Amino acid sequence: MSVPELRATIVAPEEQETEVPQRGFVGQNVPRKEDKRLVQGQGVFFDDVKRHGMGYIHFVRSPYAHAKIVSVDVSQALELDGVYGTLTGDEVAILTDPFFELSTPPGAHIQDYALAVGRVRFVGEPVAAVVAASRELARDASELVEVEYEPLEVVVDGERALEEDAPVLHEEAGSNVVWSGSFDWGDYDAALEEADRVVRIERLHFHRFSSTPLECSGALVEYNRGTGQWTMHCNHQMPGIGAIWMAPSLRVGLDKLRFVTQDIGGAFGNKICLHPYFVACCLLARKLNRAVQWTEWRTDQHQANAHGNERTFLDIEVPVRADGTMLGFSVRAIDDCGAFPRYEPLGAIIWAQVTPGCYRWRNIRVDFTQVCTNKSPVSPNRGYSRMQHLWLTERIVDIVAQQLELDPVEVRKRNYVRSDEMPYETPNGCIYDSGDYARCLDIALELIGYDSLEEKRKEAESRRKLLGVGIGSTLDSGTNNFGQSQLVNPELQFSGNNEVATVKLDIFGEIVVTLGTVPQGQGHETTAAQVVCDILGCTPDDVNVRPGHDTYWNSHAGFSGTYASQFAVTGLGAVKGATEKLAAEMKKLGSVVLGCTPDDLELAGGTVRMRENAEAALPFMALGAILNANNAGLPEDLDVTLNCRYVYRPQFEVPDLERKFGNLTLTYATQIHACVVEVDRETGAYEIVDYAAVDDCGNRIHPQIVEGQVHGATAQALGAATHETFPYDEDGNLLTPNFYDYHVPHAMDMPPLKNGFIESPSPFSPLGAKGMGEGGGAGIHATCAAIQDALAPLGQPVVYDSCNPYNRVWELMRDPAASASLVTVESRDGSRS
Amino acid sequence: MEAGTNGAPTSSRVVHVEVNGERHEREVDARRLLVHFLRDELDLTGTHVGCDTGNCGACTVHLDGEAVKSCMLLAVQADGTTITTVEGLEEDGRLHPLQQAFSDHHALQCGYCTPGMLMSAKYLLDNNPEPTEAEIRKALQGNICRCTGYVNIIEAVAAAAKGEVSA
Repeated sequence: MSVPELRATIVAPEEQETEVPQRGFVGQNVPRKEDKRLVQGQGVFFDDVKRHGMGYIHFVRSPYAHAKIVSVDVSQALELDGVYGTLTGDEVAILTDPFFELSTPPGAHIQDYALAVGRVRFVGEPVAAVVAASRELARDASELVEVEYEPLEVVVDGERALEEDAPVLHEEAGSNVVWSGSFDWGDYDAALEEADRVVRIERLHFHRFSSTPLECSGALVEYNRGTGQWTMHCNHQMPGIGAIWMAPSLRVGLDKLRFVTQDIGGAFGNKICLHPYFVACCLLARKLNRAVQWTEWRTDQHQANAHGNERTFLDIEVPVRADGTMLGFSVRAIDDCGAFPRYEPLGAIIWAQVTPGCYRWRNIRVDFTQVCTNKSPVSPNRGYSRMQHLWLTERIVDIVAQQLELDPVEVRKRNYVRSDEMPYETPNGCIYDSGDYARCLDIALELIGYDSLEEKRKEAESRRKLLGVGIGSTLDSGTNNFGQSQLVNPELQFSGNNEVATVKLDIFGEIVVTLGTVPQGQGHETTAAQVVCDILGCTPDDVNVRPGHDTYWNSHAGFSGTYASQFAVTGLGAVKGATEKLAAEMKKLGSVVLGCTPDDLELAGGTVRMRENAEAALPFMALGAILNANNAGLPEDLDVTLNCRYVYRPQFEVPDLERKFGNLTLTYATQIHACVVEVDRETGAYEIVDYAAVDDCGNRIHPQIVEGQVHGATAQALGAATHETFPYDEDGNLLTPNFYDYHVPHAMDMPPLKNGFIESPSPFSPLGAKGMGEGGGAGIHATCAAIQDALAPLGQPVVYDSCNPYNRVWELMRDPAASASLVTVESRDGSRS
Repeated sequence: MEAGTNGAPTSSRVVHVEVNGERHEREVDARRLLVHFLRDELDLTGTHVGCDTGNCGACTVHLDGEAVKSCMLLAVQADGTTITTVEGLEEDGRLHPLQQAFSDHHALQCGYCTPGMLMSAKYLLDNNPEPTEAEIRKALQGNICRCTGYVNIIEAVAAAAKGEVSA
């Protein structure tokens, strides 16, 4: 749909027909329904589920980053008392088909199985599995599995992986390239002609890290021999897609796979690509005719589950006017997805949801290549793919401001998309729905006392500290149009999006809600109840939202899950739709009983009653009982079930594949962060001394939950900006394989956070809300900018990496020319500086 | 098997523990971690495992009144001790003020770190009823949370210390 067409679909608030009252529970901080069981230690996480005689799985993992598997011998393990059985790659190759690949060739030719077949490609890759009577025994037995390897040359660098003489991971693909493509929007060459200056940046690097959810991955898997059906009590966060991968591989229908979750200990995207492990579990449950349980160890999670995408940006070119108006940019991006693509190459297009960032850039050219290396596979990670790209746009803005000696605040304000331009169509056809970036920036600056910045600099200087301020401006694009997948592979039959909810009124008047989503701490039970009770005229306590997900509740669809910042739109859109259907049915039934028309009735106080006569009322219990248990005499044609299912489907078109043009996401929440750092002049050690995060996610259903998401996204970003990194040595060994080496923020590391909020309702979403859980990595961008600002007096070093531990800052201080030389500025008259 | 008279190494042993007021006598593998004993044998699954290096604190329990990481002890080392886990925090069917404060202040999202956080926070308040913010942060530095950024956790502990919790 074009912007004019979309504008035509926007209904003015006063014209909106909605059953949601203006003042209700939506928008209030009601107590979270999830909390009581969780603070009591009565939550049920997958590892809490037990079955009689269950076996514990331990994976035998590769100590090599790249090697041929010569032989696997499980005989000694099988001889150990208490060992139930084993699984090897040879069995997997016979019993399953390789997982479906999303890429066009060459990536399409990659063969990915549940266990390594013939070759290992990263340290920690599962080679075999052992099942035993206890966790300890399984671990012992795994050490008795003899694997003979023939080591191969290793490649751990994305650029090196592209060289002609680089070792190739997947010979069937012919090279290490998974996918490559170019994107060209607007008229980039004309922008270059028009420019007063062209800023060129040789290289920027966005590092590897992940959100490292505190609960590791896993499942308890049961196989029903009679029906051929598996039940997985697990923490998969996107079962719809998980089943699409697993079922064809296992050569069964989708309905043979039942995913069950209750409480999940964080996921952040890192629990989307569990299908290789789960297929191994399924094979073992079937082979051994026994419930089997796999709990990933922390070291396994770091080495061999899911990292965030690492991306190197080369040959960045930015045409600008002398006043700081930015006309566009071009870049060559190399994305390193590790040993297997899995969810990739979707990351090769997801960034395009936010192509120009928050800015009015109209001319953009991107050359994107994704490669495999001998490192852990990646998966979506909070801020997935947009975060890398937004880091680039924010780095560009700050480097341009530095080079042109302009104020980064003024450059942002000059180039931000303006609130009066909303809904705004980006150069590649995305529609930014609403927002006011400049106002958010003003609030952030006020929160950190920007007006007195120069005094603070002087005061810090008196303590031998360099003070710097940085801004991170990001968009959390939410509610994907899966049609964007066709931009990487036109053969893929995915487009649009959907989510499901069912709402029923039970015999005793209980309202029961089931969700298709798979919550991991986002409070879905609470916010769903808020929406339901406002429509039905009752309270959140009257609404029972089933915790977690169960495939067999039949309340899910192809894209069900909790990912990509969308619950407030898709999940609650489905809840609202289902509840409105139920409300209409309750009135219809009530009208039959009370002898009136449905329009004569309203829902209030836990009853359906006459608008004109509140005494004429039927409590919910009466309605539930009449239909479900006492229905003699009801009219034959009364079409009422009191059990309503609704599929919410946002309006999307398949993008124009030729122009790579179209709307890729429905909503765009805004995050504007401001960070103040003090850097020690002698050592490079630094501290974040003030921090403000301003968020605009449209209407907030539960402000406290929104604020909690902002805190969490900010903490993860600050961790990534300062310490969290997954570096590898030249042999492909991960150097931070546990929390001892991988330093996530602790309570003493977190700076005080100041929060600000504005609400720019989305004109496109059912409740005016926007998905917002991921944030856009604004904390990384703001911290990088603040460090660059602080170090400016030392010779204008350029922050070129997204992770800046103290040693890197010290290097920037010690040799500012090294990083400064990454940037050149060409004036229109051809001179360079 | 118990240690034999021939001096062969012991691979299992009987332990006596009192957990949340209930006495247990169990034969356990000598190498079994206390956290797995609590979770897998006593079915006290509120105590969680988040790492394999003793860094995350999700498994924190009280052992004879001291906050300990139950993944860093063997079950046999707990022989003869009194243990409190998160399941033992409630008093007379009412949430402990810390539990209530965590809910009031949205100090938990996924809830996985929460039991360990609560046990570390309780140890702090047991020994320092009026902590400063810096003392609260220090007391929780052995507990990792990946959801909240600690902001609301620190507020919740401060509120519980002041008795400012909802009824």
